[in-house]
Amino acid sequence: MSEKTPSLLLKNGRLIDAGQNLDGRFDLFLVNGKVQEVAVELDVVADQVLDLEGLWVLPGAIDLHVHLREPGYEYKETILSGARAAVAGGFTSIACMANTDPVNDNAAVTRFILEQARSAPAKVLPIAAISKGMQGEVLVEMGDLVEAGAVAFSDDGKTVPNSKLLRHALEYASLFAKPLFCHCQDNALFADGVIHEGEISARHGLTGIPALAEEIDIARTIMLAEYLEVPVHICHLSSRGGVELIRAAKARGVRVTAEATPHHLFLDERAVVDLAYREPLAEESKPATLCYNTDTKMSPPLRSSEDVAALRRALADGIIDAIATDHAPHEATEKAVEYELAPFGVVGLETALALALRLIQEGEMTPLQMVARMSLAPAAILGLNDRGSLAVGMAADLMIVDPQREWVVDPRKFYSKARNTPFAGWHLKGQVVKTIVDGRIVFSL
Amino acid sequence: MGFRRKDLLGTRDLTAVEIRTLLESAESFKEIAERPLKKVPALRGKTVVNLFFEPSTRTRTSFEIAAKRLSADAVNMSASASSVVKGESLLDTVDNIQAMAPDIIVVRHRFVGTAHLIAGRIGASVVNAGDGANEHPTQALLDLLTIAEHKKLGPGLTVAIIGDIAHSRVARSNIWALTTLGVTVKLCAPPTMLPRGLEGIVGVEVCRRPEEALANADVVMMLRIQLERQDRLVFPSVRDYARIFGLNRQRLELACPDAIVMHPGPMNRGVEITSEVADGKRAVILNQVSNGVALRMAVLFLLGGQGHE
Repeated sequence: MSEKTPSLLLKNGRLIDAGQNLDGRFDLFLVNGKVQEVAVELDVVADQVLDLEGLWVLPGAIDLHVHLREPGYEYKETILSGARAAVAGGFTSIACMANTDPVNDNAAVTRFILEQARSAPAKVLPIAAISKGMQGEVLVEMGDLVEAGAVAFSDDGKTVPNSKLLRHALEYASLFAKPLFCHCQDNALFADGVIHEGEISARHGLTGIPALAEEIDIARTIMLAEYLEVPVHICHLSSRGGVELIRAAKARGVRVTAEATPHHLFLDERAVVDLAYREPLAEESKPATLCYNTDTKMSPPLRSSEDVAALRRALADGIIDAIATDHAPHEATEKAVEYELAPFGVVGLETALALALRLIQEGEMTPLQMVARMSLAPAAILGLNDRGSLAVGMAADLMIVDPQREWVVDPRKFYSKARNTPFAGWHLKGQVVKTIVDGRIVFSL
Repeated sequence: MGFRRKDLLGTRDLTAVEIRTLLESAESFKEIAERPLKKVPALRGKTVVNLFFEPSTRTRTSFEIAAKRLSADAVNMSASASSVVKGESLLDTVDNIQAMAPDIIVVRHRFVGTAHLIAGRIGASVVNAGDGANEHPTQALLDLLTIAEHKKLGPGLTVAIIGDIAHSRVARSNIWALTTLGVTVKLCAPPTMLPRGLEGIVGVEVCRRPEEALANADVVMMLRIQLERQDRLVFPSVRDYARIFGLNRQRLELACPDAIVMHPGPMNRGVEITSEVADGKRAVILNQVSNGVALRMAVLFLLGGQGHE
């Protein structure tokens, strides 16, 4: 059906691949969309040869958590615009959440998403809802959805408040070996909160969302998974208490995995009133007066600096398995409103990799650990054995990174339709220069 | 001059010099209320728009009188009469007002940060007349003006603030203004109305019981209990609240013998304060209202006069 993919020889790059535990100078030969050969020195005839002296070659990042907004909210993002943003950020596979309109709770919607994704530069993996309409009342037809191409189930954005329904969802999904991605939140404690319950909420009169609201639900979810002996994945961990619950559960042998977002790893509650409090912001972007920047509003909220430190430790020691963006595009006018009225969510696909590199630069993890959190573990969580590593035979999904290249985050240059990032103006070091999916170059800087 | 700002959004970032400047200026405007002709030409030709997205009679009236006594043209715009109900965004509303070239916009809104959002958008000066539970700077400043009539406003003074701290912009603006001047602030509220995270503010003492807060207080500031909050599981009953936290004559005995009693209004008599105390000799509640006009004249004058310099 498609013409033959030209073969590609990548020379002299630094291959960093957690799946093969390799970090060093290797050549890669990509044939027919797959990795054909990996060796210190390859002299083969290829249709195209790239000399990657000074550059890093990494398995394509896999994002477990994005919102592509299509169908229903195409003014915020489309599958195509989201996928373009993904490959510009080094992501070759993106798993999209079900809170579209209509909700992805039936095979027709899943098929529609996959159909739209055929022209997209990244691989799009639909996550189906857990409950019909994400109403928390009736299970979706999981078998039908898996057949249509759903890779996981999630009512993300909402919890499943009914513990019996959540139990049955965990049990039923295990039949297909598909994970549940749980957005953990106790609705009564969350109430009408807008930012983390802490110093900033107390001092600025904004209604707080206690970390407890998340932790109570994480505890409930872990207990169910432990009792049922099934795997479960916890979305966007944000607090120290949540980290400790996961740590203890893993120590007991519970099959729980967890993700954290770059924004929770870099920003704390102070960003709500002062995005300028951290160093990397360019001088010219600093606000003159106090402002309540709605690009700091997301759920779960930015928490305390102690929580950020705990998340960073958990990322390094593997308690947090994956970095996921929770890329949540909104149109500019939707965010240009009173803080309390603004929708939750920030974009992340085009800044995540450089922020992860910054964690390396800050000594929080090694390059191999970064690849494990962004490629290897996400593939394992989704049960995808054809990607996440660049071993021979795997899909030729990869990114080429210039680790020295310095850039300033300018939302106007995003491929995403949306601009709602809290990192605007940040000086970052390290950028994706090429992204390759199934052996084809889909992005070049 | 000690006050050079485009906007007055809160007391949080005001310096002691700025606060003193505002109070001194207000002091000089007090006597205008006693003249037979209560008008000075200071802001003649200036337009002040009172943009109230939340119902308010006394604050809006106070600003309106203040503007008129300075000879400014004051226009009132209330949310029900505006296009907000038609789904227009706040910034669109503000752009429309800006297009009519006002000099000062006084804004009240139920959401935090609204005045800040508007101030960042337009060239006119913005006065925050209350944004959610965040700030109500002119109320705090008029409270300070009132306190200064009776007490030495500075280190050594103790002010007790009792009531629904969590939802009170009056409390927050007072905390920032008073602590900036070195005043000790004691806070007391039912645990359900006391947000976690205020303990760390320098000069603030959080008390569990009203008796603790009242001990040695020179000023007792009672906050309004919003009765509609009852259905939000915040306190069991008005009766229970009044019994434990209400200010009555016996409880007032615990404060300094010459302590003054304040309330930002409107009062729930018999709930947070008994009529006996509210109408008693130590209450300065109506002085607060009078001082409100003078203080707001000072604010409008200092913001509106800048264009001439």
